[in-house]
Amino acid sequence: MKLDMKPAGTAPATKTGADVLVDALVEQQVDTIFGYPGGAVLPIYDALYRSEADFQHILTRHEQGAIHAAEGYARVKRKTGVVLATSGPGATNLITGIADAMMDSLPLVVLTGQVATTVTGTDAFQEADVMGITTPITKHNYQVQSAYELPKIIKEAFHIASTGRPGPVVVDIPKDISANPCFDTDESPFHLPGYQPTINPNPLQIKKLAEAVKQAKKPLVLTGAGVLHGGATDVLLDIINEYRIPVTSTLLGLGAFPADHEMFLGMAGMHGTYTSNMAITDCDLLINVGARFDDRLTGNLEHFAKNAVVAHIDIDPAEIGKNVPTHIPVVSDSGAALKELKRQLKEGPDHQAWLDELKQSSKDYPLWYNTPKEGMVAQWAIKEIHEKTKGDPIVTTDVGQHQMWAAQFFHFRRPDRWVTSGGLGTMGFGFPAAVGCQLAEPEERVIALVGDGGFQMTLQELSVVQERNLPVKIVILNNQALGMVRQWQEEFYEERYSESIVGCQPDFVKLADSYGIQGYKFETREEFESQIGELMNNDQPVLIDARVIQQENVFPMVPPGRGINDMVGVKP
Amino acid sequence: MKRIVTLVVQNRSGVLNRVTGLMHKRQFNIESISVGRTEQEGISKMTFVVDVEDHRKMEQLTKQLNKQIDVIKVTDLSDKAVVARELAMIKIVANPGTRNEIQGIIEPFRASVIDVSKDSLSVQVTGKPDKIEALIDLLRPYGIKDIARTGLTAFSRGHQPQAAELTQYSLLK
Ligand SMILES: Cc1ncc(C[n+]2csc(CCOP(=O)(O)OP(=O)(O)O)c2C)c(N)n1
Repeated sequence: MKLDMKPAGTAPATKTGADVLVDALVEQQVDTIFGYPGGAVLPIYDALYRSEADFQHILTRHEQGAIHAAEGYARVKRKTGVVLATSGPGATNLITGIADAMMDSLPLVVLTGQVATTVTGTDAFQEADVMGITTPITKHNYQVQSAYELPKIIKEAFHIASTGRPGPVVVDIPKDISANPCFDTDESPFHLPGYQPTINPNPLQIKKLAEAVKQAKKPLVLTGAGVLHGGATDVLLDIINEYRIPVTSTLLGLGAFPADHEMFLGMAGMHGTYTSNMAITDCDLLINVGARFDDRLTGNLEHFAKNAVVAHIDIDPAEIGKNVPTHIPVVSDSGAALKELKRQLKEGPDHQAWLDELKQSSKDYPLWYNTPKEGMVAQWAIKEIHEKTKGDPIVTTDVGQHQMWAAQFFHFRRPDRWVTSGGLGTMGFGFPAAVGCQLAEPEERVIALVGDGGFQMTLQELSVVQERNLPVKIVILNNQALGMVRQWQEEFYEERYSESIVGCQPDFVKLADSYGIQGYKFETREEFESQIGELMNNDQPVLIDARVIQQENVFPMVPPGRGINDMVGVKP
Repeated sequence: MKRIVTLVVQNRSGVLNRVTGLMHKRQFNIESISVGRTEQEGISKMTFVVDVEDHRKMEQLTKQLNKQIDVIKVTDLSDKAVVARELAMIKIVANPGTRNEIQGIIEPFRASVIDVSKDSLSVQVTGKPDKIEALIDLLRPYGIKDIARTGLTAFSRGHQPQAAELTQYSLLK
């Protein structure tokens, strides 16, 4: 680690367990660690301090910030994010992020300190059962029993996190193991007999799929995040260009297929486009590539894709058939499966009527929003940002109305630009994730679209923006409410706005100022329109408090419990 | 429906927790668990009897279990010809007057007396769960002081009959 004020301290002659750990991280080509120190990781922080290795440690101001930053980093860089926190409260502060990464299949290696083995199980100071707590929310977890096995565990952890269906792996490291000298390590290659992900598809299944494509009259492709993880975007585009199959997407699959392509119908699901949801309802062949048929996509399963032969390509066999009965299961990496499909497809479907029908539907039922005489709505503001940043910025969001509007109105043409918390729906995710994205891609424009509620959950990371002068653009779509909660209360609880209208908030401009960041408050369309382009495109960190109309709702919408064909708010 | 599932696992810390936690999370009812070492160093075997709604749920369970890094092999034995056994120890109220009578009851079960005291008698029995249940029912009138059961353990028979013959072997249906 590069530190300016390194004293000429004497390094210990033998390596400690912590040194062995740092070496193992270097071997994994780690370039960035997001973390926060504390008692049980002091030996590790000391080893980082002494290390000559060229990687950076990012001190976030809360462990939750560290892990969401690592998630953002992992998402856009397609590389395992690394997090380091101390035992007890350090580790428990990571729990939300670990669960989030598990739900959204993000590769993380999470290193937690643990109390010394000599006192484990005694309710020692800052002891928490990290193995017990994280077991249901990790792809795998380890508690290191000796420094001897550390290098091998780290190798396994990175391998497991990043291969197959990616996910978080926790490595819990007792303090005595990191502190004590280590004289011998296990450098043998690892062997995981219980972990052999199926990468390549069964060609016979692909043959069935190719046959189904040929016969289909109303084919439809659904893209999930698996397309991105499998690097399948190019081959997917080739197939669609050649056979002209319409494409819809899950929330996390946005960017897997260019949103401005004529075959793209928009997102499907609870706040998807009417055309996408009707296409799923009416299609006779649904090809799911790397989506997990989550309930926010499917709505009531009794009405989901009832007329379709369902094909499902997924690297995780447990996802196939979990929620939706599947006729053509394909266990495979998405890229490998689509390449094989492209090879085997000789003839496309005869489906002009279907294309015409969908085209007409897209024309008849576009996404819409209100245009008030005064003030702005968030949808308009998002569209405005989209138009003024044509170079495909990286966009992170928090959770709530603004997230759905971003999904609807920001059109991603390239993969790995869209970073949002889908599965867990974690408020507080968006801003720290943007910090991680900016550190992963210093040359890229990174915009965090956040709600006033969620931003206040993790805004302490403004310190990192200030400290590193990260040119992150924070846009608070400020409706002075927990908008999504307010919307549900309006729609389903007869306008009883229980704890969802939050008039009291900080002066965000002054807040930004106190972190040395330029802050702006925009209340009118004119102000917003005239300055947003410059502010989004300059090289400074910027915070914008965009006052948007509180009463605006996300439409169209599938009311809870209904089928996705049963949308409300389809037209103004 | 009840199913017998066996898992071959790496004997690492936390693996039992991971497996039972997973069943809990996905709402599978565990009827019994037995765990023990195998002939291979570092490899253990777990036998679960679980209650699942239908075949689709069962498929989910098998797949979720298979996903666990330390689980090497998952076998659903329910539709196979298996040898399955459980061991139970039953302590009942007994005095010199009833001992002989009890002896007569347990004999057809090939159970044996493993401990005797002034006012109690302990019996050990092995077999399929229904056999054990039957014996417990017969002993209940004497007054049961304690029961300890191992849970079922099982493996497939050396010879697997054709599908038509299977029903006669089926253990849990
Ligand atoms: C950590 C967490 N707590 C609570 C929720 C429930 N929730 C979902 S959306 C929402 C409102 C978000 O409000 P805001 O951040 O202002 O965004 P808006 O919906 O107004 O765009 C809440 C409270 C959540 N998703 N995450």
